[in-house]
Amino acid sequence: MTEVKDLEALFQARIDAEQKIEPRDWMPEKYRKNLVRQVSQHAHSEVVGMLPEGNWITRAPNLRRKAILLAKVQDEAGHGLYLYSACETLGVTRESTIDDLLSGRAKYSSIFNYPTLTWADIGAIGWLVDGAAIMNQVMLTRTSYGPYARAMVRICKEESFHQRQGYEIMAVLSKGKPEQKAMAQDALNRWWWPSLMMFGPHDSESAHTAESMKWKIKRESNDELRQKFIDRTVQQAEVIGLTVPDPDLKWNEERGHYDHGEIDWKEFWNVVEGNGPCNHERMKARITAHENGRWVREAAAAHASKKTKKKQAA
Amino acid sequence: MNDTRFTYTLRLADDLLVLSHRLSEWCGHGPVLEEDIALTNRALDHLGEARNLLQYAGQVEGQGRSDDDLAFLRNERQYRNVKLVEQPNGDYAHTIARSFLFDAYHLPLMQALLKSKDEQLVAIAGKAVKEATYHLRHSSEWMVRFGDGTDESHQRAQTALDDLWTFTGELFVEDDVQKELEKAGIAPASGPIKAAFDSTVNEVLKEATLKRPEDGFMAEGGRDGRHTEHLGYILAEMQYLQRAYPGAEW
Repeated sequence: MTEVKDLEALFQARIDAEQKIEPRDWMPEKYRKNLVRQVSQHAHSEVVGMLPEGNWITRAPNLRRKAILLAKVQDEAGHGLYLYSACETLGVTRESTIDDLLSGRAKYSSIFNYPTLTWADIGAIGWLVDGAAIMNQVMLTRTSYGPYARAMVRICKEESFHQRQGYEIMAVLSKGKPEQKAMAQDALNRWWWPSLMMFGPHDSESAHTAESMKWKIKRESNDELRQKFIDRTVQQAEVIGLTVPDPDLKWNEERGHYDHGEIDWKEFWNVVEGNGPCNHERMKARITAHENGRWVREAAAAHASKKTKKKQAA
Repeated sequence: MNDTRFTYTLRLADDLLVLSHRLSEWCGHGPVLEEDIALTNRALDHLGEARNLLQYAGQVEGQGRSDDDLAFLRNERQYRNVKLVEQPNGDYAHTIARSFLFDAYHLPLMQALLKSKDEQLVAIAGKAVKEATYHLRHSSEWMVRFGDGTDESHQRAQTALDDLWTFTGELFVEDDVQKELEKAGIAPASGPIKAAFDSTVNEVLKEATLKRPEDGFMAEGGRDGRHTEHLGYILAEMQYLQRAYPGAEW
């Protein structure tokens, strides 16, 4: 009989040989758990992420922007669906995954605990939040778990469209009336640091990084991805005449990267622990939607079972 | 004639724009993720069709107003939608019943518009028919699930129908605008559309084991810009940025 230790060695050998792990393959329980945590967190982030953006659909400034925003939020719901399905391939049902969110056992990206106060925030989310998410997601198209990698390929295509439309909103505002430019700068000021926090704690502090890298669930560390994002985004801000709110930001010729100021980790942990500006509202919105939808789901189930019975009787 | 054609096109457009607004309020709050997607999809379809119609209305009017001008810079009294579509979302049964009653009217209307003498309306209807077919299927299926689901869902669906029925008369109103364009072969006659509506409603409600409400008092006025109090709030929200920053580009 093959020992678990041998299976683990075989498993690691497959990972090292860049073979994708598929749902029916043997995998260490910790690998499965790590993935369930990450994929479900990702799914929840898509669904909770609909709320701050959905907040501006009815107030979008023109019909074209309204259509784009509706389509974007619809894409996010779709991403949530693929990712819940990817979770199901790991043996957890959508119901139990959602229960974990609603009971607070599972997390979602903290960025969605910040409020969208002005229209420019919709631009900032597309540009910065989706821009940061893409850094992570492009890496995940090469993740070792097949269904997750494939879901990511599809998601990345749509996310890069989201990022471009967000940047375009900011560019138009920056060229607009002084109040519009101020609105764009204010949004950048408020979303910059939370966007950097999206990459998670420093590598030295990150609980899951080492294991995730060994199993090639992750392929680049939090700090590496964060640096990539900063290097790219600072230049984009310059192009449209906005200022990144970091006095320590400076090009470092020697490193070939921007040096930047320290992130306020107290704020980061505070929001993770549930004390961000909108944690309470976001969870309440999800719980209310779930509770108010219960009779709808029950009706659908009851009707489906009546139909099945009728068919069997016929 | 151009005036009436402008008014008629606005009526078609405003129904869709206002319904799209209402449906988009659900975004992120749907009873199940698939329905969040379906409602957003409908909101997008209605919005797309409204844009086509508003652009055309602007052309008919000939004063250089764009679709955005017409959507964001008209007041409550200048909107021409039926009162049905501005009614609040309520519970999911109300949202579905509102769409069902609208879809049962909108699909035969779009089909009939394919024979209009106005080529632009024919082109717009041509695009809308496919979407409207799907919309009616979606709302009909849910009416059946609710009616023939649990006691609670049956009760909620019946209440929604009873609440909204008074707003269905206005869908088939025969006023001067309608009559003039009917005569000119531009607007389809209301009679056959009402017949198609009746037949869809009767068939679906029968399968859903729901009771068709009695035709009592029918609310009117939306087509002439006399709305319920709800529309003012919809427009205040929708038009806020255009009103707060006049002339700004977005």
